[in-house]
Amino acid sequence: MLDWLFAGWPGLQASAALLALEPPGWGGNLLRGAANSLIIALGAFGLGLVIGTAGALGKLGGGPVTRDLLAVYTTIVRAVPELILILLLYYAGTDLLNQVLRLMGQRPVEISGLAAGIGVLGVVQGAYATEVLRGAIQAVPRGQIEAARAFGMGPLQVFRRVTLPAMLPLALPGLSNLWLIATKDTALLAIVGFSELTLETRQAAGSTRAYFTFFLAAGAIYLVMTLVSGRVFGWIEARYRRGQARA
Amino acid sequence: MKKLVLTASALALLAGTAMADPVRVGIAAEPYPPFASPDAAGNWVGWEVEIIEAVCAAAELECEITPTAWDGIIPALVSGRIDAIMASMSITEDRLQTIDFSDPYYNTPTVIVGQRDIQMDATPEGLAGRVIGVQVSTIHQTYAQTYFEAASELRTYQTQDEANQDLAAGRIDATQADSLALDEFLATEAGACCEVKGVVAMDESILGLGVGVGVRKGDDALREAFNRGIAAILADGTYDRISAGYFATSIYGQ
Amino acid sequence: MRAFWQPHRIVLVALALGLAVWAALTMRWGWIPRYAPLALEGMWRTIWLLGLSVGIGFALAVPLGLAQAAGPWWLAAPARAFCTVIRGTPLLLQIWLVYYGLGSLFPQYPWIRQSELWPILRQAWPYALVALSLSFAGYEGEVMRGAFKSVPAGQLTAARAFGFSRVATFRRVWLPQALARALPTLGGETILQLKATPLVATITVIEIYAVASRVRQDTFIIYEPLLLLALAYLALAGVIALGFRWLERRMVRGLH
Repeated sequence: MLDWLFAGWPGLQASAALLALEPPGWGGNLLRGAANSLIIALGAFGLGLVIGTAGALGKLGGGPVTRDLLAVYTTIVRAVPELILILLLYYAGTDLLNQVLRLMGQRPVEISGLAAGIGVLGVVQGAYATEVLRGAIQAVPRGQIEAARAFGMGPLQVFRRVTLPAMLPLALPGLSNLWLIATKDTALLAIVGFSELTLETRQAAGSTRAYFTFFLAAGAIYLVMTLVSGRVFGWIEARYRRGQARA
Repeated sequence: MKKLVLTASALALLAGTAMADPVRVGIAAEPYPPFASPDAAGNWVGWEVEIIEAVCAAAELECEITPTAWDGIIPALVSGRIDAIMASMSITEDRLQTIDFSDPYYNTPTVIVGQRDIQMDATPEGLAGRVIGVQVSTIHQTYAQTYFEAASELRTYQTQDEANQDLAAGRIDATQADSLALDEFLATEAGACCEVKGVVAMDESILGLGVGVGVRKGDDALREAFNRGIAAILADGTYDRISAGYFATSIYGQ
Repeated sequence: MRAFWQPHRIVLVALALGLAVWAALTMRWGWIPRYAPLALEGMWRTIWLLGLSVGIGFALAVPLGLAQAAGPWWLAAPARAFCTVIRGTPLLLQIWLVYYGLGSLFPQYPWIRQSELWPILRQAWPYALVALSLSFAGYEGEVMRGAFKSVPAGQLTAARAFGFSRVATFRRVWLPQALARALPTLGGETILQLKATPLVATITVIEIYAVASRVRQDTFIIYEPLLLLALAYLALAGVIALGFRWLERRMVRGLH
């Protein structure tokens, strides 16, 4: 089908063969790695949102000690490179967890690579999400919250019915940025040997010596993920901005 | 009486759990042909992979091959993420301070491979002024840092594969690694650039006494199991049969 | 300052100091004297890689942002494509593509080894610098695009009405205001660039993270080098944050 293209460009056929989906092509491996990357990114993003919500509420409504501890957490995570945090949390985190379990008399638990990766990246995402969500919650007009209180809504109801819907459109640009950071940070897990797209690419490139081909292919896959995510977030933002004043 | 019952049940529980859990055998997540490399379907193949399966079968262990980054493979063992290391790791005094090793299962010389058009030999004088590439966390890095760093420039790579790649690209003049792994590289198209320059002078304290299975300090039960497995496959010819598929001569070296 | 030192803060700081003293006494620090010279060298390499890549990247980001904000479609489209690709792919992949990807082309063109550039092409730091600079340019190009667009058009029209040439308008009105608006973001992005520098250790550049890795491999001590490394990065990030705060105070005078 593409013979004319292959005829004009000599190396292309060999590269296409390397990228084929079925063995001996490595395309299937790359896509499996991409799926792993997406799963970790989703898990990390979700965990980051949970930690971020707790952190934002803690920073806004917690006592002075809570606020200071959260400030230390966000400052450290935002100043220390992710690579070092991943290494520290990957080895020290599981070590500490197992020691605590041993002290409590429980058997050491085996944390799968997937869980460790999601945990580590989730903690990193949580710090950034705390700042994004805090800024968004603070930007919700006070009058709306006071009116809800005047109507007799409890704190949880106020959060669920007033704060959350009002804050989402303000938080979405920051959150979409965080999602992109999550998808790209999964590449760092290649350095701890977790089998996601970047490691699969390096293994394929190392085994076949076709470095250029595989790195370009991986770049294309990441780019597709990013562009699709951008579209999805844009659509979500448009939906949530319905009826809101244009910022 | 109560103490006896408690101890007995504790031992039974431990023994039961020891046999129930699969032994996670760590291999390097980076390709290291001909010992272990991934194929296009994502399976790990190679001489070492076959030896792992044979040793585990002979020792009646249920082994689970767990690719781990080479850079962090000893911390992974120490922290309990894996239970054994069979990643062409040499038995050295430095490593023996942190982990235990089984009996060696192969031993091959260490060579220097360099660019064809440069005259050099495998000595500190012969390599003076050259750029040498080695893989991190290996005996080759330690050896090169001890003997060659004074007169040559050292570059450390995450994998031997990347060092070979830079050798083919001409960025480094030579690399030091296991002779079999480098033979595999020299047989490829990229390896046409280079040739074996010589075997390095032996230093047992750094280069070690061969490649063994790494286990946690004090994990004698597992160590003995692996020793039994290795002895078994050496005795019944499985070792030679597997090696014949990859190498012309025996690499046991003992 | 007094507002900072409330009772709970004093307790927390005392606890932190206690933790630091306990760590200093019980953990293993004997490796520090032997590796101190290498660590200083690595720190210096981190600093100049950061500084140069930020400088070159920013110099590229201004035209990229300007092309997208005010340029014709045949300049804006490539600029946008470049920024999208850089921001859409991981930096680690970009670094490996630049180093190993280009390296895999060298054997096919033997004349490269005879050329004048070969001594530079042999080493790893040029590739690290190129990858880091392009990455910074991609992200800051987007930031500068927003900054250029946010300067009120009325000011530019007024400048032209006063007889300023296009170059003078850019130099005296548009650029300074865009810079002042972008400065807070640029400070945060510079710290992000600092956090990206350890990735170049994977292409054999010996910066401070690579030194910590070497300590870890030589001595098998896992946590202490990583903790000191984290402290080093915290210190560097603090210096950068303070520097940008000083710059902001100087530049944003008179701007709302």
